[in-house]
Amino acid sequence: MIRLIKRPEPSRVMVYLAPVIALVLTLLAGLLLFFLLGVPVGEALYAFFVEPISTRYGLAELGVKAAPLILIGAALSLGFRAQVWNIGAEGQLVAGAITGGAVALWFYEVEAWYVLPLMMLAGIAGGMAWASIPALLKTRFNASEILTSLMLTYIAGLLLSLLVHGALRDPDGFNFPESRLFHAAATLPIVLDGTRLHIGFPIAIMFVATLWILLSRTVLGFELQVMGAAPRAGRFAGFRESSVIWFCLLLGGGAAGLAGLFEVAGPIGQLIPVVSPGYGFTAIIVAFLGRLHPVGVLFAGLVMALSYLGGESAQITMNLPKAVTGVFQGLLLFFLLATDVLILYRFGWGRRSLAATHT
Amino acid sequence: MKLISPLRRSLLAGAVAMVSTLVALPLANAADPLKVGFVYVGPIGDHGWTYRHDQGRLAIEAEFGDAVETTYVESVSEGADAEGVIRKLAATGHDLIFTTSFGYMNPTLKVAKQFPDVKFEHATGYKRADNLATYSARFYEGRAVLGTIAGMMTKSNVIGYIASFPIPEVVRGINAFSIAMRKVNPDAEIKVVWVNTWYDPGKEGDAAKALIDQGADIITQHTDSPAPLQVAEARGVYGFGQASDMSQFAPKAQLTSIIDDWNPYYIERTRAAIEGTWSSIDTWTGIKDGMVGFPAYGESVPADVAAAADVVRDSIVDGSLHPFQGPIKNQAGEIVVAEGEVLSDGDMLGMDWYVEGVQGSLPK
Repeated sequence: MIRLIKRPEPSRVMVYLAPVIALVLTLLAGLLLFFLLGVPVGEALYAFFVEPISTRYGLAELGVKAAPLILIGAALSLGFRAQVWNIGAEGQLVAGAITGGAVALWFYEVEAWYVLPLMMLAGIAGGMAWASIPALLKTRFNASEILTSLMLTYIAGLLLSLLVHGALRDPDGFNFPESRLFHAAATLPIVLDGTRLHIGFPIAIMFVATLWILLSRTVLGFELQVMGAAPRAGRFAGFRESSVIWFCLLLGGGAAGLAGLFEVAGPIGQLIPVVSPGYGFTAIIVAFLGRLHPVGVLFAGLVMALSYLGGESAQITMNLPKAVTGVFQGLLLFFLLATDVLILYRFGWGRRSLAATHT
Repeated sequence: MKLISPLRRSLLAGAVAMVSTLVALPLANAADPLKVGFVYVGPIGDHGWTYRHDQGRLAIEAEFGDAVETTYVESVSEGADAEGVIRKLAATGHDLIFTTSFGYMNPTLKVAKQFPDVKFEHATGYKRADNLATYSARFYEGRAVLGTIAGMMTKSNVIGYIASFPIPEVVRGINAFSIAMRKVNPDAEIKVVWVNTWYDPGKEGDAAKALIDQGADIITQHTDSPAPLQVAEARGVYGFGQASDMSQFAPKAQLTSIIDDWNPYYIERTRAAIEGTWSSIDTWTGIKDGMVGFPAYGESVPADVAAAADVVRDSIVDGSLHPFQGPIKNQAGEIVVAEGEVLSDGDMLGMDWYVEGVQGSLPK
């Protein structure tokens, strides 16, 4: 009988190697999968992982897709370290898109420098406001933020739908549920000519650097980690649990709100009923794939972005179905979780080793 | 199992396509094939909207053989992703690109401006350019036939209508259904549930259950999966297929279906592109031109109902009946379209009000 036995001390090296091992195993499994399907293996892997970023435009697209994932993933990872489980970043993203987008429409055709900064502030504020609801419910009534933040996601989606069907609808749009297209001053500047790469990407990288410093060089960062690892010790040290909860949720909400604003003011250019293909949820995977470390999140965000682009490219050049994307993402998660289990546990054989763990 | 079969089918199709491409390569050198790309909002296996567009793609392949090469990208969300996918098709040598959902309108327009030599076709939108044509079908004509059948066959006088988004296209369908239904049964009413999605079998099925619980004995839907019909079959009530013949999922429950038939249009437009006669036009045709069709009536449809439905269909084809022909009353009972008049295309395209016989208010 095979049993799982808890390791006394997980290997630190393995903790950081795990995502790499998971990636390699995913590649090998993909290889096997393509081989079994009778698809030319080399070509398929090329189409999935190389072709999408083989051009300047492709690289820029990687940045476009990775920016929201990195921005949200980095903020969430801080919260997850402190055991604050904000699962509703998707809703906070939508809230930021609504408030930021509303500012753009309020200043419609006002060609002034202050429109875009105002939109960003509104986006951050919108996301924070949405995240403050679970924070309040958690600190006041001890309601699980997992449930409340998740449920608020659906409310945010319906609120956006309501607004683009009504108050924010394009008056010249035949009643179709979308806002006017934002004018030039309300659209994000492009950092790479001829592509869609907007200032959201460099901002996401600066955000990662800021969080890294915060986590490793400040008392606040220390406080977050202690509250996550040993809440009782943290309380004895005089750290206030409620302020940690507020900080983590507001940080996650603000980052998600900004990411939402970037989507509507960048690649989309208007408010539409659905503004995100699930970046807020994917960012949770990104946070864990990046080992809850800001720099890890940066790489994890790029990997997840590539898996989306690869799926599209494999459909176009190889006629492979969209499901391949899902299979790859699933394999990646599966192997990551599997390696994580093996970092914390080891295999034991028979009953004796089980008994041994109890002594 | 349900997930696996479309996957396996498209894998198979992919493998077959690849083999045929390899075989065809030496021949194709003579004249480069026209590359035609398709962007789908759902999976091909939805058995509804996207499935029918893909049937159109396959019809192009069957018609032109080696003279064309087709590509599709499925389940492309209607946000920022769409522009990337459309642009990628344009950048990889596709000459003619069909984007098959309303939400692709602005992304298609953006890419069309960047690629003036590529021809674009956008389904159900209203923005055009020199290299961007639009096309849609007068589905509301089909709804009039469905409404006639429902009005005659309902016992409870409650029809359940599962609707996707409150856009003119969907509202028009509800209204056309209601007008035709009330002509044959002035007591029948429509209950609408908005599910805010085009494709979500779980939500669609739940909505169908809720409507049946509220007394609906006929279900119809403006969403793409067969789930509502399957629920109708299981609960012993009737329903209609959407976009394609769904009788395989509900042999007893399906009374008839509206079949979207894009094949002739896609073939005609591809031919125009090959022959160099393509131009940017706006197409909106219905039963008469074959873009909207019906399968054989279900076994549960009595002969007199089938005959009445046939009359409605034939009258729409010969022009003696318009689904929005006055007198038409709104929910308040006021006459909106006077006797002897019909709604203009413009009024139909911006429709944001319910006719008499529809319960509830339109979400705005």
